[in-house]
Amino acid sequence: MPRRFPWLALVVGLVAALGTFGVLLLLQNINTRQAEARETVFRVVEITEDTVDPEVWGKNFPLQYDSYKRTVDTVRTRYGGSESFQKLDQDPRLRIIWNGYPFAVDFREDRGHAYMLVDQRQTERVKQFNQPGACLNCHASVVDAFRKAALKGGLPADKVHTSEALFEGFKIINKMPYAEATQLVDHPVSCLDCHDPKTMAVRITRPAFINGIRALAESKDPVPHLPSLERWRQGNRATPYDPNTDASRQELRSMVCAQCHVEYHFAKPDKTLTFPWHNGLKVEQIEQHYKEVGWKDWTHKDTGADVLKAQHPEFELWSQGIHARSGVACADCHMPYTRVGAVKVSNHHVRSPMLGVAQACQTCHRYSEEEIKARVAVIQDRTKKLMDSAEDAVVGLIQAIQTAKAAGASDEALARARELQRSSQWRMDFINAENSQGFHAPQEAARILAEAIDLARQGQLEVVKITPRPTSR
Amino acid sequence: MTDKNGTRWRWIGIAAVVLVGVLVGTGAYTAQRAQALSYLSNDPKACVNCHIMRDVYDSWQKAPHHAAAVCVDCHLPHDFVGKWLAKAENGWNHSKAFTLQNFHEPIRIHAKNAAILEHNCIGCHQNLIGGVLQAQTSYGQAHAEYAADDKGAHLGCVNCHKDVGHGP
Repeated sequence: MPRRFPWLALVVGLVAALGTFGVLLLLQNINTRQAEARETVFRVVEITEDTVDPEVWGKNFPLQYDSYKRTVDTVRTRYGGSESFQKLDQDPRLRIIWNGYPFAVDFREDRGHAYMLVDQRQTERVKQFNQPGACLNCHASVVDAFRKAALKGGLPADKVHTSEALFEGFKIINKMPYAEATQLVDHPVSCLDCHDPKTMAVRITRPAFINGIRALAESKDPVPHLPSLERWRQGNRATPYDPNTDASRQELRSMVCAQCHVEYHFAKPDKTLTFPWHNGLKVEQIEQHYKEVGWKDWTHKDTGADVLKAQHPEFELWSQGIHARSGVACADCHMPYTRVGAVKVSNHHVRSPMLGVAQACQTCHRYSEEEIKARVAVIQDRTKKLMDSAEDAVVGLIQAIQTAKAAGASDEALARARELQRSSQWRMDFINAENSQGFHAPQEAARILAEAIDLARQGQLEVVKITPRPTSR
Repeated sequence: MTDKNGTRWRWIGIAAVVLVGVLVGTGAYTAQRAQALSYLSNDPKACVNCHIMRDVYDSWQKAPHHAAAVCVDCHLPHDFVGKWLAKAENGWNHSKAFTLQNFHEPIRIHAKNAAILEHNCIGCHQNLIGGVLQAQTSYGQAHAEYAADDKGAHLGCVNCHKDVGHGP
């Protein structure tokens, strides 16, 4: 009896010691979680309007900065991604469609935000052709360069942080030669471009977008996905629409992206970067605007048609889709909230939502990742098939006009067919240049490609009409 | 057996008692740190002790059911035994997941808990939706569907009425 009890004491002691060890581990874990929950932000440096270097901002916002830096990552997705493969080799039809234009020389898949400046300096479209400083609007952190250019151009020093300074600098840098203008910038898109350094509020800094969205506000195109524009239209219109004061934060979470991910042209005479939204955001409304101002991007080398080149109209296509209509912003899917400890951080590693389906899609769509990816693949594969048909049709029309021209058809006789080349090519290119393979608005993408095919085939019929029939024996 | 041996064993006995005391003490302190007693209440604040529940807690405060129901009204059975069994099981699962941080995000309801939720929707709204339930699917079948599919693919009330309790 006395012997048995002491052994039991030994075991109890041992178990208690182990238990205490475990409890202390748990206590430490609980303390860690509770410390996370306090969300302390350390302000270690002061950030002002003159803080251009993102690394300095990163000292106060290390979580955002860490993800921002990861835009160097290179990943290939089903139809896009961030690996700079030569798209002209992947799809040689594009060389025919863009013949006579720099895009027929070099057209690569875009890499991440981190590379926007260095890649622009290296593309053959800039090296072999003369480009203006206007290109830098969307390939560099240009806010500071705008301000300095404005000061140099005679703006009073006390106005350097006003919108006026940005507009003045915009005017000066747009028409500079690219080689000269690119020396004024050091960073790709950076914190200052989208955030107010005092409040961190999302803000618009690009004059081209302010001009474009004002033109859109003044148009009659319904924009139910941008309620602040609709509200402005119903008001007294005493002051022009201003996204920085009129738009909601949720609208701004798309508008900051729409400063660049849009269709544009460099309007004459000053190479003014212009977003063609004067009639609305739809493909035919933009086409109508180009017709009204007499714009052509180039004259096609094989056919002599005055044609257009579409440029990544992501904002425009998204505007026609169900996500926009439901109030989902660009940042919701491309910079989804990610939990780090207890803090919800907007992921600044901007990329395809397909590379982070859990954060990007599953917050709203309660299906498995595989199911979500499969649904997207269906949309993109269908768009790809339509795209192939559209490209074939456009190439068919180009070759038909080329043959008729070689056979001696007059400009007058070819006029209608050339017009149809412009329209069909514009539509095909609108979806080709848009970076979602139809996903941003699947039905609209299909409609546009269907029109492209129809117009190209109509053009071929026109050519048949003007081609002299072989005389019967 | 000698006196010397007896003394040694006595010291071991005392050490064991001290160690048990330390365990009880650190255990109690840890439980207090973790606000363990709050979990015995129905207070929604207890659910947001863990910061992972912040989003649902915040959105519940702005959602229509805020005035009618707290977390446990929808997420735990209303009968005494069922409630405490579910509370114990979820308490264990949640503590384990939050300690080890090895759960899927965004967090998803499990089939078993979805069945409890559905049962509670119907419990309160039976007078309103009794006809619908009879016309479409029997109450029993609704449960069978939960049991059959634990991937969360089901046709429960919240499949459409997503935002009544809290946001996504």
